[in-house]
Amino acid sequence: MTKRSSQMDSGSGVSLGARLIVAAPYLWLLGFFLVPFLIVLKISLSESAIAQPPYLPVLDLTAGLRGLRDFVSGLSFTNYFTIAGDDLYLFSYLKSLEVAAVSTTILLVCGVPLAYAMARAPRAAQPLLVTLVMLPFWTSFLIRVYAWINILQRDGLLNQALIRLGLVEEPTTWLATDTAVYIGLVYSYLPFMVLPAYASFEKFDESLLEAAADLGCPRWRTFFVITLPLAWRGLAAGALLCFVPIVGEFVVPDLLGGSEATMIGQTLWTEFFANRDWPAASAVAVALLVLLLAPIAIYQHLQTREIKVRQ
Amino acid sequence: MRRMSVTNLVALALGLAFLYVPIAILVVYSFNASRLVTVWGGWSTRWYAALLEDRAMIDAALASLLIATVSAALATVLGAFAALALTRFRFRGRLPFAAMIYAPLVMPEVITGLSLLLLFVAIDLDRGLFTIIIAHTTLTMCFVAIVVQSRLATFDRSLEEAAMDLGCPPGRTFFAVVLPVIMPAVIAGFLLAFSLSLDDLVIASFTTGPGATTLPIRIYSEIRLGVKPEINAVCTIFIAVVAATVVAASLIEKSRGREARALLA
Repeated sequence: MTKRSSQMDSGSGVSLGARLIVAAPYLWLLGFFLVPFLIVLKISLSESAIAQPPYLPVLDLTAGLRGLRDFVSGLSFTNYFTIAGDDLYLFSYLKSLEVAAVSTTILLVCGVPLAYAMARAPRAAQPLLVTLVMLPFWTSFLIRVYAWINILQRDGLLNQALIRLGLVEEPTTWLATDTAVYIGLVYSYLPFMVLPAYASFEKFDESLLEAAADLGCPRWRTFFVITLPLAWRGLAAGALLCFVPIVGEFVVPDLLGGSEATMIGQTLWTEFFANRDWPAASAVAVALLVLLLAPIAIYQHLQTREIKVRQ
Repeated sequence: MRRMSVTNLVALALGLAFLYVPIAILVVYSFNASRLVTVWGGWSTRWYAALLEDRAMIDAALASLLIATVSAALATVLGAFAALALTRFRFRGRLPFAAMIYAPLVMPEVITGLSLLLLFVAIDLDRGLFTIIIAHTTLTMCFVAIVVQSRLATFDRSLEEAAMDLGCPPGRTFFAVVLPVIMPAVIAGFLLAFSLSLDDLVIASFTTGPGATTLPIRIYSEIRLGVKPEINAVCTIFIAVVAATVVAASLIEKSRGREARALLA
């Protein structure tokens, strides 16, 4: 922000319109984004109960200070001890981190060459290529996962093709395996990796590459010595944009994965919808958030830096 | 100089094939005459005809369209305000505000959904279409804010200054100068919000109530039971609508790629 940008809010005449422009989204996000988190935090410290709502204690504001004291003394860390003590949750978290780390790595390996090729394509073709990569992102997530069920099921097209080619005798099981989950995740998140990577490849000065080529640097080496160091911010943003949501992913592992080792998003879903244990679900959510705090903070840092650079 | 190497061409071809072949297969098989989804029985539109009879599916689609329209409209106004607030105003709490704009973009959906549901229960709000609209507005306004903000950041401020130097009041400057310039980004933001809302399964599942079923919730419950040609037909219609919208959007906004990249970069 420079001093030029302060004219609209300078002086005493901060207009009603200006106040509204700041206040409306601010209040909306406070009410529907921040407050809900505080409620999750509070309920994660409550106990499950057969009541409506199904947890205790409930803050009784009409009882004044005594009500507040009763409320605070009713809070406990029981749910967190349960989570920490139960292997099911621990495995769930570890499984989620593993799946997210592996699929983000695959996404980097697949996405970076694609993004680089887009940035090296003729200028006139680039907007079309961006649209082509964006288009699947605009179609439904659910539909993209469903498309893979068509292909991966036991008598699906992949097995038909493999048998016709003589590569396998019997149909192989693809659905309900980790392989299917990885295919689904890479397929769904590829645009999130490619577009930020493309944006940073496309931005930098091409004469650097020409200079390297003139000085006899082989092309693959130019890529590692010049291109990657200059573009790493975009790649990191893309990787985090994939990693963080994948840790909490529900749809892909639920539809393509097996039932033996579930990811944390599925555990939370089951806790909430099947077991109706709201405090446990809340505690799982808070623990998940704590786990993701560091990657989210790094992502935010990269983003806010991007804004400063742009201004 | 702009000759592409073979490696780059292969990377492009493989990447695009990977993105499009599964969708193409899905679309082709929606026209399969056979009930068995894996056996090709010739071309037919019978599954589309069957869809017209499926009252529950049509109701779910209508509910989804209603939710997407209302929440995208709300999100566009709030998101554009947020973008203006971030780029044009200095105020206390600007950093926490920016953090609240960026956080929902990466927040796992299960957490957003759960937290909003617990809020609705705490304030004793009856759940249904209305609560899904609030939830979708909250999520999508952040996407709109980022799309519009990238447009504002590259906007030539001297136009605005010139208008005000000539005595144009700030409010009028906004409508006469700023709004026309950011309009393409606002429209792109609306379309993005609309398609995100239409697409959402997880947040809607948490925040819905009895009697409010959206299209993704309906499709999800069908998919869990296995592959069905009718679902291929629904998905094909969905893809056609989205493709038409995107083509329309890129005709409106020729440089849409910039917002798209800014959104994800």
